[in-house]
Amino acid sequence: MKEVELIKNGKRVDGRLPEQMREIEMLVDVVTRANGSAKVRFGNTLIVASVYGPKELYPKYLQEPETGILRCRYAMAPFSTEERKTPGPDRRSIELSKVIRIALEPAIFLEDFPRAVVDVFVEVLQADGSTRVTGINAASLALACAGIPLRDLVSACSVGKINDTLVVDLNGKEDNFSQADMSFAMLPSKDEISLLQMDGLLTKDEIKRLIEIAKNACKKIYEMQKQALREKYKGE
Amino acid sequence: MPEVRPIVLPGELIEEKKGRKLGRNVYEENGKVFSKVLGIPKVSENEITVIPLAGVYFPRVGDKVIGIIREIEVAGWFVDINSPYVAFLPLAEAVEEYIDLSRADISKYYDIGDVIFCRISKVTKSKIVQVSMRGSSQKLVGGIIIKITPSKVPRVIGKNGSMINLIKNKTGCKILVGQNGLIWIEGKEKAKAVEAILTIEKKSHIYGLTEEIEKLLMR
Amino acid sequence: MTYALELIEKGKRIDGRKFDEFRPIFLQEGVIKNAEGSARVKIGETEVIAGVKLELGTPFPDTPEEGILIVNAEFSPLASPDFEPGPPGEDAIELARVVDRGIRESKCIELEKLCLIPREKVWCVFVDIHIINHQGNLLDASALASIAALRNAKIPKVENDKIIRGDFEKQLPVIFKPINITVAKIGNNFILDPLLEEEEIANSKLSICVRDDDKICGMQKQGSGTFKFEEIEKALDLAIEKSKELRKLVK
Repeated sequence: MKEVELIKNGKRVDGRLPEQMREIEMLVDVVTRANGSAKVRFGNTLIVASVYGPKELYPKYLQEPETGILRCRYAMAPFSTEERKTPGPDRRSIELSKVIRIALEPAIFLEDFPRAVVDVFVEVLQADGSTRVTGINAASLALACAGIPLRDLVSACSVGKINDTLVVDLNGKEDNFSQADMSFAMLPSKDEISLLQMDGLLTKDEIKRLIEIAKNACKKIYEMQKQALREKYKGE
Repeated sequence: MPEVRPIVLPGELIEEKKGRKLGRNVYEENGKVFSKVLGIPKVSENEITVIPLAGVYFPRVGDKVIGIIREIEVAGWFVDINSPYVAFLPLAEAVEEYIDLSRADISKYYDIGDVIFCRISKVTKSKIVQVSMRGSSQKLVGGIIIKITPSKVPRVIGKNGSMINLIKNKTGCKILVGQNGLIWIEGKEKAKAVEAILTIEKKSHIYGLTEEIEKLLMR
Repeated sequence: MTYALELIEKGKRIDGRKFDEFRPIFLQEGVIKNAEGSARVKIGETEVIAGVKLELGTPFPDTPEEGILIVNAEFSPLASPDFEPGPPGEDAIELARVVDRGIRESKCIELEKLCLIPREKVWCVFVDIHIINHQGNLLDASALASIAALRNAKIPKVENDKIIRGDFEKQLPVIFKPINITVAKIGNNFILDPLLEEEEIANSKLSICVRDDDKICGMQKQGSGTFKFEEIEKALDLAIEKSKELRKLVK
């Protein structure tokens, strides 16, 4: 595959430095019918997440007597990508639904709502790279807004290697032509990693460095998430 | 400008445990107590707890709740208590006299759609819930029912009932507040009572709320 | 506390293995006559068959001179009471995609050599993974079977746009042998090649795909637990070390 020039004079295609994230916006309580919801934007990637529950779990045979369950659904709107995406789950959406659930589960006190279910819906409205981690950030806010008992928020980001340079927060083009891209999520105040996926070719050393970069980025994202939650309850 | 009480976020440290009891919505790790939810911490010398600002109703023994009869069983009724958990009202907890089940149709006591003000009598570990009509419970006839976020109920009731009594006095309405967020109101000025309650729900975390409600009720 | 967990806390495993020991591995190539390549892998009692079929197709627009790789996995209901008949569920889809990424990102198949007519006709390499018995560690077994099947695969002759099955031109050009090693975390212990019972009590798992030159060509965390930062390096070291052992089994 031909090499695409993604870094010129130390700057990325959108003018960013390697360790610079895109412009980030976070807003909570955007879906009033849901128990909790949030809208998160990373550059041109725009995602809405909503949480319903805890609520009765049907059919009854799915109920676990000692614990609640978490269900996640990741979906991309047909207009979210350059080429129209056929509505309905495809293999990638199904895997990402599972991946998002894996990233969020460690943070939730499932045992606090036995026999019940919490549904998380992540909807990609505009896709420009790093949709699953942006979805995790939004879902985390939505869970907090819904009053779901949590050990911590979950903060996530993407890191990777483009043109032999280690970068953070890959956009769509960078994602497509990267030598490696890694999706990373953590419980920031516990220093625990809840998601680690790597697609590409890296040395063990590069992985270690990328994880360090990801950790720092997630801690910054954590502060923004906390700020977004506090904003909602500011006095009038 | 009204003061905002310091809110805690999930995962945020409240205080060291120091032998105190863990109340609701908190957890302990390495001798430190953290919040599980977005809410307002209440720390006393005996207990650390967090009042959530959002969330569904989790039934607790002793709570008085408003429920709606959903299903009629052989020896009792299933009651919707606005919770992920449906409650069961056993016949023995609802009717005093002896009933011959082979002949009686218990829907004549409580039918589907009936509204009751009852007490949570039992909650098991996997949250199987039972309610009872003993004590000051009653079937509610007439009036209207509104729903608020369950975590705002304490604010609607107020310290020693001060807030709810204020509303009752100024509107002359009969009001029953369920811990599960359902509120029954009856009376000519119910619209005003509803407005007051919904205002409290929206602005529950702000000081100076009592004055605002008083002003609203005067109009 | 389950028996498996009790043992692990004492430094032992149900079947007496060391924490970093694999069950006996049995690998057999060319087991399926009608496939262009195939391999049967048994890791302990877990059994997987991978078959490689080559079809002609049109290349993707952004890679007009490259062949196409497609990996699919079937969790056949005969393999486990937990597998339901029907289209692949999230676990089967995840497994297929993880194996796919390991093969693809390692660049082990020289896809540029699979072009017959640029922009028009290329070879599509289908790797189909069929689970025959599930006793834990499906991912490692599936990945091993897949790479063995690919190394075993031959490209059929093509005459007048028709594939002459059974008549082969040359080996499928596969230049690396990526190996997937899943590290399971139970308490603070890391074990390799988890049994079904061990998978059920594992806090989380990290699957790591390692290429012949020790470069990592894929990672996937599974399970609802978490990893500490130091544990990632430990898992990587374990995987890199162990991958060499398994790689020797592939021709």
